[in-house]
Amino acid sequence: MSGHDHGDDGVSRRKVLECMTWAGTGVLWTITGGVPRSLGIIDSAQAATAAAPGMTFLQISDSHVGFDKPANPNALGTLEEAVNKINAMPAKPSFMIHTGDITHLSKAAEFDNAERIISQTKLDVHYVPGEHDFIDEEVKLYRERYGRGTKGHGWYSFDAGGVHFIGLVNVVDLKAGGLGNLGAEQLAWLEDDLRGKSKSMPVVLFAHIPLWTVYPEWGWGTEDGGRALELVKGFGSVTVLNGHIHQVMQKVEGNVTFHTARSTAFPQPAPGAAPSPGPMKVEDAKLRSMLGVASVNFKQNEQRLAIIDTPLQG
Amino acid sequence: MKTLNRRDFGVDLGLALAAAILLPATKARADNDLEVHIDNFVFQPPELKIKVGTTVTWTNRDDIPHTVVSAGKFRSKTLDTDDKFSFTFTNAGDYKYFCSLHPHMTGMIKVE
Repeated sequence: MSGHDHGDDGVSRRKVLECMTWAGTGVLWTITGGVPRSLGIIDSAQAATAAAPGMTFLQISDSHVGFDKPANPNALGTLEEAVNKINAMPAKPSFMIHTGDITHLSKAAEFDNAERIISQTKLDVHYVPGEHDFIDEEVKLYRERYGRGTKGHGWYSFDAGGVHFIGLVNVVDLKAGGLGNLGAEQLAWLEDDLRGKSKSMPVVLFAHIPLWTVYPEWGWGTEDGGRALELVKGFGSVTVLNGHIHQVMQKVEGNVTFHTARSTAFPQPAPGAAPSPGPMKVEDAKLRSMLGVASVNFKQNEQRLAIIDTPLQG
Repeated sequence: MKTLNRRDFGVDLGLALAAAILLPATKARADNDLEVHIDNFVFQPPELKIKVGTTVTWTNRDDIPHTVVSAGKFRSKTLDTDDKFSFTFTNAGDYKYFCSLHPHMTGMIKVE
């Protein structure tokens, strides 16, 4: 099984068919891209026609409910705008993930407010914590609310639409001078979680701080993120989603697609473009073009994950 | 990086003024007490040399919360904008500290 590596990032039709035979299911969920402009599927039109419509889920991040500084005096309001945008989508996504920093200061009222607004989407929401959600002294508010059924500090996995989703926590036990941290216990769990999984099953990892090194000078990366990526290396399709840096950034490396989402609260500067990663004050008229949500579309027999970032405005 | 001691305060008028403005007028302070500011995700000054008995006060001037943590020695609560944390150093030694929310932020207090 592990020898069945897709190697390069383009999975040819023949390879797909090989995998189908090998998987024995007749249906191979490669990752994916549900945008019609993707022409890669013309070759496998037959398979594509037979395929069920894609599965869509949504990512929101960095709501920072409670933030009230000049960069955005009303973070709850822009979260609500994002939720209205979600509710106005023509097709309802299957579910939503929130990649952390739900609140700004982990206060009970902030969690309450966030819940009140986000629940208006009537979507299942899968959370991972950001460092701002673990500020309360006993570190219990997040866990009481969202930690049910999770392991350790809140990691877990689930399957949806033929895709294996893994929520990771990289905001605890941070070491002086270091970056985000997963820790040995979580990595051991991840290894165990992936054991026996078909390598043709698409995997989505999501965590708050980027698992890839975006900009270590600002702490934008995860110390042992490489070890998690090593564990998913053999999979034909891996997608890594995160928040934390409040801007869209993506790259493709082999079979791994990395993507960060916008915040719904305030923008942060591009790496090195300012003295610090702190909230970026932009003209009021421009703010909503720098906040938003991402929808992710999986479709059978397409090569890429399609991620559509939707700003609140513009 | 430049380290601060009392003499620096005598010669560096700008810093002395900055420190003076931040001191609450009503509060008497030991004259060797010192301030560290957090601006733009940086502890400023990043290193301080102080005498035993000195109290250091950290002030977070960012719009983002930070902490001040020296493993096993001291640990502030999360400091929101303009919150302060003070610690009096009663033993000599090197105190490396960091922000547990943004661990790339580090500082050092050398107590002699």
